[in-house]
Amino acid sequence: MSLLSVKNVGKAFRVYKSEWHRFANWFGLKIKPAEEHWVLRHINFEIHAGEAIGIIGQNGAGKSTLLKMITGTLQPTEGDIQINGRIAAILELGMGFNPELTGRQNVFHAAGLMGFSSEEIQQTISDIEAFAEIGDYFDQPVRIYSSGMQMRVAFAVATAYRPEILIVDEALSVGDTYFQHKSFARIREFQEQGTTLLIVSHDRSAIQSLCNRAILLENGAVIKDAEPEEVFDFYNALIAEKENSTVEVTKLEDGKTQTSSGTGEAKIEEIALYNSKGEVAEVVAVGEQVELHVKVKVYQAIDTLVLGYGIKDRLGQVMYGTNTWHTEQIINAPKVGNEYLFKIAFPANFGVGGYSVVIALHDRDTHMTTNYDWRDLALVFNVINMDKMQFNGCCWNEPAIEVTKQ
Amino acid sequence: MFRSLWQYRHFVLSSIYNDLFAQFARSKLGGLWVIINPLSQVLIYALILSNILAAKLPGIDNKYAYAIYLMAGLLAWNLFSEIIGRCLNLFIEKANIMKKMSFPRITLPTIVVGSCMLNNLLLFISMLGIFALLGHQFTWVMLWLIPLTLIVVILALGIGLILGVMNVFVRDIGQAFTVILQVWFWFTPIVYPLTIIPESYRHLMQLNPMYSLVDAYHQILVYNQAPELQSIAIISGIACLLALIGLFLFRRASAEMVDVL
Repeated sequence: MSLLSVKNVGKAFRVYKSEWHRFANWFGLKIKPAEEHWVLRHINFEIHAGEAIGIIGQNGAGKSTLLKMITGTLQPTEGDIQINGRIAAILELGMGFNPELTGRQNVFHAAGLMGFSSEEIQQTISDIEAFAEIGDYFDQPVRIYSSGMQMRVAFAVATAYRPEILIVDEALSVGDTYFQHKSFARIREFQEQGTTLLIVSHDRSAIQSLCNRAILLENGAVIKDAEPEEVFDFYNALIAEKENSTVEVTKLEDGKTQTSSGTGEAKIEEIALYNSKGEVAEVVAVGEQVELHVKVKVYQAIDTLVLGYGIKDRLGQVMYGTNTWHTEQIINAPKVGNEYLFKIAFPANFGVGGYSVVIALHDRDTHMTTNYDWRDLALVFNVINMDKMQFNGCCWNEPAIEVTKQ
Repeated sequence: MFRSLWQYRHFVLSSIYNDLFAQFARSKLGGLWVIINPLSQVLIYALILSNILAAKLPGIDNKYAYAIYLMAGLLAWNLFSEIIGRCLNLFIEKANIMKKMSFPRITLPTIVVGSCMLNNLLLFISMLGIFALLGHQFTWVMLWLIPLTLIVVILALGIGLILGVMNVFVRDIGQAFTVILQVWFWFTPIVYPLTIIPESYRHLMQLNPMYSLVDAYHQILVYNQAPELQSIAIISGIACLLALIGLFLFRRASAEMVDVL
């Protein structure tokens, strides 16, 4: 049985010609609203215990509306949401805190709002106090708290009881770095104990490190439901999408999908990775000097041409990336038909594992304004350890260890 | 609905406590302010109007009779108008929390009722003290106030819920009813006895649902008599009917309310 099933859910906000028509509807008269504005429509997905799901999408895509329907503050206009278990949401921390009351009293109040009895709260209040770590302030009125302290208490209450589903909305950056790590650790701990996470964030690394699945919403519909890396690649392409631009998804031999997009004024013609012997290579050694060759052809008149590249690990985290805007090698006003060869030489100072190369052609320091061509998983290669000592991690960072007896 | 209310009883109780506490947090006189406000109203009316009206209060020889009459009427009216006044803007004020948190919405009007009843109880206790000073002792007839308070609450909650829900969609209702409530106050014999109304218009009072309740309060507190049961029964019926309509509307509108808030 799934923990949460969303079946053909839609949400419409209705505007009536007169509010009296709305009132009449409650009493059984069927009067059609003057306008129906669908924010979400035909949403289907199921979530099982222990999954961690990232929900991404541009502003206005319907993420918050979907979450509100899952938490139950909004009712779906059509369709059905079934939940088997308790939901806790870290949406708006510190909601309903009364500034005149002490932290402790507010904790009682807030936990009451979550539906807990005073005995249940009594049992956990010391844990909450310990987790918030604000010392004597816990028994002082909340009005003298700093905003960070308020957040700490609010987070401590919101996560005092392990829910079956935890909804986190852009709230992973709570308080200072220390508390951020602490709250992140708590979320992971819940996840290990079987809590399903639903995370809304634009932070790619947060989603990729926590989630095993991502759902992309666009204009009120689910347009992608897959592994986070694939979804994010698609999302990036979507952001960069402009008029007469194309987004193309191809399945590669190893089962991964490649996303390419762009307006096509300039195109990537050829990509290859050469090892230190000057041969095209798919396997390179840790620390080996390699060269990435990218051939680019200009098809239409453009002002500037910038090439950006990035090396990503198997989880899609960028290990290193830069572009020729930052290296100040911008090509100004290239002629139509010109071909350019970019040779990017660097040592493969990566940990053992599989890596992919992403390449983009654009006009400035980011691909957000224009995007001539964008290719995810343009090339994949493996790094193996041939001549270095045993090490862990994702980068080769040779140490010099000195041990002296004293 | 009632089960979820029971489950959230702790939240309701702590909210009522917070409401009371928030009223006098950081004030020197604290809880006294809950009482001072209505009592100063009594004092003003008593000072200004007692000379004009005292002679016309029949059947009582206590020279403070008018003050007692005023307090009795205000005790009923304050509860009534406080509940309606707070219900009117209840959902608009709590918009934020309703949009962000999932909890039984019925707790919101429950909290209002609870905290208004608590205020009313405090007011009643202080009035008893003043009655004693004025030579008017506590009697067992006053126990009639318990069912009467309930009827006032049900009536006020019914009206308050209907208007509060509608006010979310048509904001004019809140503004309009604040005015209506004031007019209503003066059309109810609270600061004046019924006897000053010309005989031929007096029957119109029967149309005012608050009249029979305020009158019952007067019977009990001023004349030490049990209230007239027939009119009380009628008004209880009206109150229950309004409360049911209010609850029905509230349940129907709950989903859509959050959409427009």
